[in-house]
Parts: sequence; structure tokens; C-alpha cells
Amino acid sequence: MKMMTALLGWVDDRFPLTKMWKEHLSEYYAPKNFNFWYFFGSLALMVLVMQIITGIFLTMNYKPDEQLAFASVEYIMRDVEWGWLVRYMHSTGASAFFIVVYLHMFRGLMYGSYKKPRELIWIFGMLIYVALMAEAFMGYLLPWGQMSYWGAQVIISLFGTIPFGLGDPIAEWIRGDFVIADATLNRFFAFHVIAVPLILLMLVVAHIIALHEVGSNNPDGVDIKKLKDDKGIPLDGIPFHPYYSVKDIVGVVVFLIFFAMIMFFIPDLWGWFLEKDNFIPADPLNTPEHIVPLWYFTPFYAILRAVPPLLGSQFPGVLAMAMGIVFLFLVPWLDRSPVRSIRYRGAIYKFALTVFVVSFLVLGWLGTQPAGGLYLDLARIFSVTYFGFFILMPWYTMIDKTKPVPERVTD
Amino acid sequence: MKKIIIALICLVAPAHVLAAGGHSCGKIDCYKAKTDLSDKASLQRGVKLFVNYCMGCHSTKFMSYQRMATDLGLDEKQVLENLVFKDKAKIGDYMTAISPAGMKAPDLSLVGRSRGKDWIYTYMKTFYVDESKPMGINNLAFADVGMPHVMWEQEGMKKAVFKKDEHNQMVFDKFETVSKGTMSADEYDKAVLDLVNYLDYTGEPAKLVRFDLGIKVVLFLLVLLIPAYLMKKEFWKDVH
Repeated sequence: MKMMTALLGWVDDRFPLTKMWKEHLSEYYAPKNFNFWYFFGSLALMVLVMQIITGIFLTMNYKPDEQLAFASVEYIMRDVEWGWLVRYMHSTGASAFFIVVYLHMFRGLMYGSYKKPRELIWIFGMLIYVALMAEAFMGYLLPWGQMSYWGAQVIISLFGTIPFGLGDPIAEWIRGDFVIADATLNRFFAFHVIAVPLILLMLVVAHIIALHEVGSNNPDGVDIKKLKDDKGIPLDGIPFHPYYSVKDIVGVVVFLIFFAMIMFFIPDLWGWFLEKDNFIPADPLNTPEHIVPLWYFTPFYAILRAVPPLLGSQFPGVLAMAMGIVFLFLVPWLDRSPVRSIRYRGAIYKFALTVFVVSFLVLGWLGTQPAGGLYLDLARIFSVTYFGFFILMPWYTMIDKTKPVPERVTD
Repeated sequence: MKKIIIALICLVAPAHVLAAGGHSCGKIDCYKAKTDLSDKASLQRGVKLFVNYCMGCHSTKFMSYQRMATDLGLDEKQVLENLVFKDKAKIGDYMTAISPAGMKAPDLSLVGRSRGKDWIYTYMKTFYVDESKPMGINNLAFADVGMPHVMWEQEGMKKAVFKKDEHNQMVFDKFETVSKGTMSADEYDKAVLDLVNYLDYTGEPAKLVRFDLGIKVVLFLLVLLIPAYLMKKEFWKDVH
């Protein structure tokens, strides 16, 4: 024990180990009233670690070559010891990542976690989300199945809609070829296994540093740093470790129960996590009947298809899709409400947030369906309500009747 | 909040029902293939049918004889003697077709996943005589199929009767026997189910183990939840 203390002292003289431990864990004071919704940040971190570890093992047997890629995935599934488990952890993990991130973002919207002084946390978070989309999109090409191939073909051709003659050169530049081909697979592999994960990790660090600088929000949206005891510790704060570390372990176990049930019993989740057509090797000469991106992209895909072409160009749809994400970045400045949490907001915000969530989910479902007829009309209606949530936000958050926010957290 | 979640679940739930739409197996809805992957004997009969009737043209190039032998509880000698029709084959070889070059029959390694077992089952049960086709044969699940009915001797031949529905469209009505096969309808059905079972396994060999392992993992996590929760409760006693 004495030796350990001496060793720690030796390290501390050279590296701020104890200081960092205190700053980020044992003396990071988090509000004591975190509820269910506060599990998803640490869960997202855990899923990230899981994706990196399983990814490393997949890379050991995967071959980024258009002739070999599909077969190498099947080799992992059949002939590599425990390969199927590693692969399913990774494929289920990809969807799980989006589930926890969406719930985490919803928590932010519900409790106003993006409001001053947490705007940068939100911006870093949104950048993580965008990086995650890039990561997932490029990862999905790697199995080199029909949906990998044609999904990538469709998404990259979106860049081809950029006007002023820039579209096609840009799309070609991304693909490295006139169609999705070996060059595309190779560069997507490079981005998927190293470039984007590095960016993701750096952004996650920035997200957490920014959070620990200003402190966590809470379901009441109360600023716990206003009231401190004589030692300077917030009255409503408790050290993250051990209180939230032990609580998060419970969350992790519950999460893993659901995760294991999907991974072991229905790893394809009836086509939602692994599409049937992706068990057919990529065939550039044979276009599948319905090209459907994976579920986490479908809300934006539905918006894309809902916007009618202008002068024969799909660019307005692509722009709308991009705006669907850009608006999320702007939420800290669109929201003019004096209170953070939904608990003290009026009926208008509650209604608006509900409409937004419903729009997002319905668009997500519509994105998996063929576009046309009633589906197209619905996609248009819900695209309007989706954007309405953002565009009207400065107005409705200003007129919304708020309730007084208590001094201390309530539960 | 809970109300919103329930409402959302209700919104998403019908999505699956609607997603099916139309006929799931060509001209008809798929028959349900009631197979059982834990039935080793059925899988063994299935692989026998597969190598005898399918592997003349179709490969399962991602599947090795060894993997199959291990999973199905067959010893390697048995497999090499009875199920491999190539000279100088090794147990580690992949199960590729013996067919002459130029045959373009699709690889069936993953047909159990891309088409699904219900589709294969329906396909194998709905061949019918159609003189207008080059092979003299057609299929309800796979219109204008280029493959002959390889098990016609067992099943016999049948004719499909179509009728007009309320929209004046020709729809399938029933089958009529043209010639009897060596198997009864029931025997043929069982044989096809064995074959389907085997192809379902071939699509994803991990299916044989992942359910059992999954139950163990979930049980372990459920047990782990108890100390995890008690530890949380203990620590949180002093938070008021």
C-alpha cells in the first residue's frame, strides 16, 4: 500500500493523474436528480468503446477488396472462431449507438441542456452525431452486399446534384471512380477504421471537457452551482464517482440485457439492423427494387424524397436534408425560452416537442417505404412539421407560458 | 412522458404489418416452413438431399465440408465417403458444385438469409407444368424460373389452375395432379422441410449455437443486475 502511494506520488509529480481523477470523477459534482434519461451519455461512450474493440478484431480478417470483401465477411461469420459474435456485436452496436445517441439528444431537447452556458457541448455533440453518420455510412459499404453498394451509390450521387457543374466532379472525387468500385471501398475502409474514429474520439473528449467545465444540467434545469456549502460544493451536487459510476453500472447491465437479446436472438431485427438484400453480393449490373438506407438515416432520406425536383434537379431535396441536420446545430440560439427544462415550460413547447418526435419517427418509417401516393403526401406533411419545430421555435418559445423554476432540484 | 412513448410505440408497430404488402412469394403468399434447427437428423437428411439434388449445379462456396460435418455431428470419413462426389476432395474444401463450367446457377450459401426459409419452402412446393416454357415447368414463387423441377420424380407433376378475382386479374386457385411421384404428398413435404432446414442452417451456421449462448448470457446479466442494483442502493443511502 505504501509503495502504491509512493508510486502515485511519483506519477503525480510528473503527470496530473490524481488531479484529473478528482476533476472528472471523484470531485466532479453532478446534480443528484439525474433520471432515466441520463444513462444514455455513458452508454454511448460504452458502445463507442465496444465498436472500437470489435472493429479491431473484425479488421484482422476483413479484406477491403471488391473481389474479397463479401467472402471475407462470410469467412468471419463461419470460419473465424467467435467471428459471428464479434460481427454481430459490431453490427448490432452500430444501431445501438444511434438508439442511445438519439435518446441522448432527445434528453437534451427535453431538458434544455443546450441552453447557455452549454451551447458548445451541444455543438460538439452534434459534430459527434455527424461524424457518427459518416462512420456508419462508410462502414455499411464494407460488407459489399447489394444494399451496401446501391445505398452508397444513391447517397454519393446526391453530391452529384450540386449545381454549377460541380456535382459530378465532386461525386467522382468522393468515389475515386465513375461508379462505386474498389477505389471507393478502399478509401471508405481507411476512413471507417482510422480517420473518422480519430475525429470521433477527439470530439468525445471535447464534449466531455466542455461538460465538465460548465457542469451537468439536470431534469429541473436548475443551476446547481448557484447554491454551494461552505466548502464550495454545490448543495444539490454529488460526486460523479462513486454515485453515478455505480448507478451507470446498473444502466449498463440493463442495456446489455436488451443488447444481448437482440444480438443473440434476432441480430437482423427483421431487416431493420441487417437488410436481407445485403446477403447478396454487390452486383453493379443489377439494381435492387427498393434501395433503402438503414433505419437511422431514413428520416433524412424521407425528407430528401419529399421535396419535389426543381428544373429536373434533386438538389433542393438534398439541401432540405442537409438543413434538417443544420437546424439541430442552431437550437441553442433558436430557443428563446427563459427556462431550460420541459417541466417548467408551457403547453406549447410540450406540444412542439411531441410533434417533432412524432415527425422524426414517422419520417423514419416513411424512408423505408417506396415513395409515392399517400406515403409521399405524408412525407411532405411531416417534413413541414419537422422544420416547423425549428423555424417557429424563436416565436413559440417566447410566447409560451413558463412556470417559476425552483431554487433547488426537486427530487 | 410515458404517454408519449406509448403513443410512439403504437405508431411504429403497424409499420411492420404494412411493410409486407402484396404477395410475399411471387404469385402467392409464402407458406410457413415449420423447421427445427435443433433437429440434427433433419439437417443430416437435408444435406443429403442438397448434395444429391442441388449441388449438381449450385454451390455453397462459403461453407466447408468440415464446418458442416462438425455442426451436423457427422464424422469426416462419413462425409467424404457419402457426401463428396469429387475425386481427391479434402474435408476442408468448400462445398462447390460439380457442374460443368458455364452453368450459371446462383450460389446458395446465403439463400436462407436473402430469400428466407419460407420462400425456399414455397418455391420447392409450387413447381407446375407449363408447356409454354423451355423446361416445360414454371413456379408460383419464382415466375419463369430457369431451373427444372429437380425433385419431380419424388413429388410427381402437377398443374396450376388459375381463376379470375374480383379485379378481373388471374390469380392462383389450386393444383391438380398430373402424375404421381414416388413420395406421398406428406413425404415430399417432409423432405422439402429437411432441405429448407439445411439451407436455413447454411445461411447462418451460428444459428445452431447463438440461441443457447444467448440464453446463458442474458441469465448471467440478469443475475449480475442484482448485485449491481444493491451496490447502487447501498451507495445512494446517504443521498437525500
